[in-house]
Amino acid sequence: MNKYLTCALNWVDERFPLTANWKAHLSEYYAPKNFNFWYYFGSLAMLVLVLQIVTGIFLTMHYKPDAALAFASVEYIMRDVSWGWLIRYMHSTGASMFFVVVYLHMFRGLLYGSYRNPRELIWLFGVAIFLCLMGEAFFGYLLPWGQMSYWGAQVIVNLFATIPFVGPDVAEWLRGDYLVSDATLNRFFAFHVIALPLVLLGLVAAHIIALHEVGSNNPDGIEIKKNKDPVTGIPLDGIPFHPYYTVKDIVGVAVFLIVFSAIVFFAPEMGGYFLEANNFVPADPLKTPAHIAPVWYFTPYYSILRAVPPLFNSQFPGVVAMGLSVMIFAALPWLDKSPVKSIRYRGAQYKGWLAAFVVSFLILGYLGTEPSNVWGQFGANVPLLGGADRATVVARMLTVVYFLFFALMPWYTKRDKTKPVPERVTG
Amino acid sequence: MKKLLFMFGLLLSLTVQANEDVHLDKAPINPSNLPSLQRGAKVFVNYCLNCHSATSMRYNRLKDIGLTDEQIKANLLFAGEKVGETMQVGMKPRDAKAWFGAPPPDLSVIARSRTPDWLYTYLRGFYRDETRPTGWNNVAFANVGMPHALWELQGEQHLQVQETKDIEGNAVVSHHLVLAKPGKMAPAEYDAMVADLVNYLTFMAEPAKSKRLQLGIIVLLALAFFFMIAFALKKEFWKDVH
Repeated sequence: MNKYLTCALNWVDERFPLTANWKAHLSEYYAPKNFNFWYYFGSLAMLVLVLQIVTGIFLTMHYKPDAALAFASVEYIMRDVSWGWLIRYMHSTGASMFFVVVYLHMFRGLLYGSYRNPRELIWLFGVAIFLCLMGEAFFGYLLPWGQMSYWGAQVIVNLFATIPFVGPDVAEWLRGDYLVSDATLNRFFAFHVIALPLVLLGLVAAHIIALHEVGSNNPDGIEIKKNKDPVTGIPLDGIPFHPYYTVKDIVGVAVFLIVFSAIVFFAPEMGGYFLEANNFVPADPLKTPAHIAPVWYFTPYYSILRAVPPLFNSQFPGVVAMGLSVMIFAALPWLDKSPVKSIRYRGAQYKGWLAAFVVSFLILGYLGTEPSNVWGQFGANVPLLGGADRATVVARMLTVVYFLFFALMPWYTKRDKTKPVPERVTG
Repeated sequence: MKKLLFMFGLLLSLTVQANEDVHLDKAPINPSNLPSLQRGAKVFVNYCLNCHSATSMRYNRLKDIGLTDEQIKANLLFAGEKVGETMQVGMKPRDAKAWFGAPPPDLSVIARSRTPDWLYTYLRGFYRDETRPTGWNNVAFANVGMPHALWELQGEQHLQVQETKDIEGNAVVSHHLVLAKPGKMAPAEYDAMVADLVNYLTFMAEPAKSKRLQLGIIVLLALAFFFMIAFALKKEFWKDVH
């Protein structure tokens, strides 16, 4: 290295652990050498986070958080701000792609048992990130102040109003008004651009610090730190994150950006799933849209909300079920009693349950985008179900499957016939 | 609490009427046909812009469809507007509400919320209905508050309800629009004019679209190149791992 550069680096290192951090987190952070396709989505989630923050900053420069101006200011960005349309589409596509990437990242955790000892805290930080992300997406969705923004927010805030006794007061407190209004828009803006991003960044830092403390899991679910070179102390199956995984992740970034750009430039509305047609109508508190559906990434939980029947005329049980369906992920590290981590060495029972869970999640997600009569009704001659919406009955059954995947996990993972786990990573 | 139950009622029951089954005609539009867009802009300014605003659209954005500032000033500005201004109307929303039942919606992004096919069907779907305050009704938008602004051109259509029986003997009701009084334009001419108008409305809903599509190809090519370099780099580094 250049003499002056070395000198400068020494100067910094005496005052700040730059080289030490570089080594600890990159050049001497040893990651298992057998990462596969599923391991791209962590770094891609970071990429999308940065994209959202950067595009968000530029949007904030032109957006007006005012009920009378918000809708028009978004169109102003789309037309009169230089490259505004690109920044806006990157941000709206980024929101959906964030969930695509995070869902795949979470599924990786399910596949390879990444939440198991000693990575429980990484998982908990991850669940917190997911919750935070949902809040961030929800608050951000109100900002364009279209019909779907408005009525979506109205519905979600009203979920809190179902809480017995204090509900309506809580909802009013959240809105800052008797209905979703300028006051609501202002506070959602504050949450979206500063409060939640701060929390999100802190949680992401915690997620990564915890990960680098215990080391990464891998598709075999084997602890590479158990097999170290006796001389150097480096895991035999580990390779330095930099340069190996940095160059590998760049390939993932290239593929991701190709998909991302294809959407941004050729299908930014994504057939109404990323940008809904109704959201090009300015919010009108006096006109309820015929069909209110949340954006696709919330629809599995929305389906669960709709599936749970009301009790004593209250939708509170559905709200509780919906909340639980997200929070229950946090319990995974303690529900899984299997002696192995990775799906590669698990038995048929876990594989069956995981498949059932994924299918339930996807079908619930689809049903959440549609009105509950989408599949028509059962004929009057069908016992018990006569006249009921087919989709509602299916959603109820799938909701049960969704929760059984978690509730029965301690039993089926313990009883499952697992395969022997090799000493060293494969492939 | 009542309001809350009402909200949930809406949530769970209003979804029933979500899909209005209106047959939509495919709008024969072509965003790269500049003469069509220019004709559409002229129809828009002459017929729509009296009641409907397009407050997000600046007149000089029409340069994107091949017009010059001078052409815009000479042909499309009637009330002393500046070429850099947005398309406003003088009508007060309160008056509009009194006259039509609801203020005419701003049309800046109407093609994005309604789709071009819907607009094409709607603008050709007006028929005489003496039960309505305006004397007009529409097949794509039942009991619409808007009168048929283009009636002079299209003429008057009537809705013919026909009841026939299918093979199994069930009654099938079909609706047909028939031209009762011809307008200044022949039906084919009128359809072509509406197509121009819808073409323009679609352009106006997203003026940057053509640039977006053009740029997209370049960006994807550049990323494909980036992918090849990244892939080769990865392969080179990973030689010593396997």
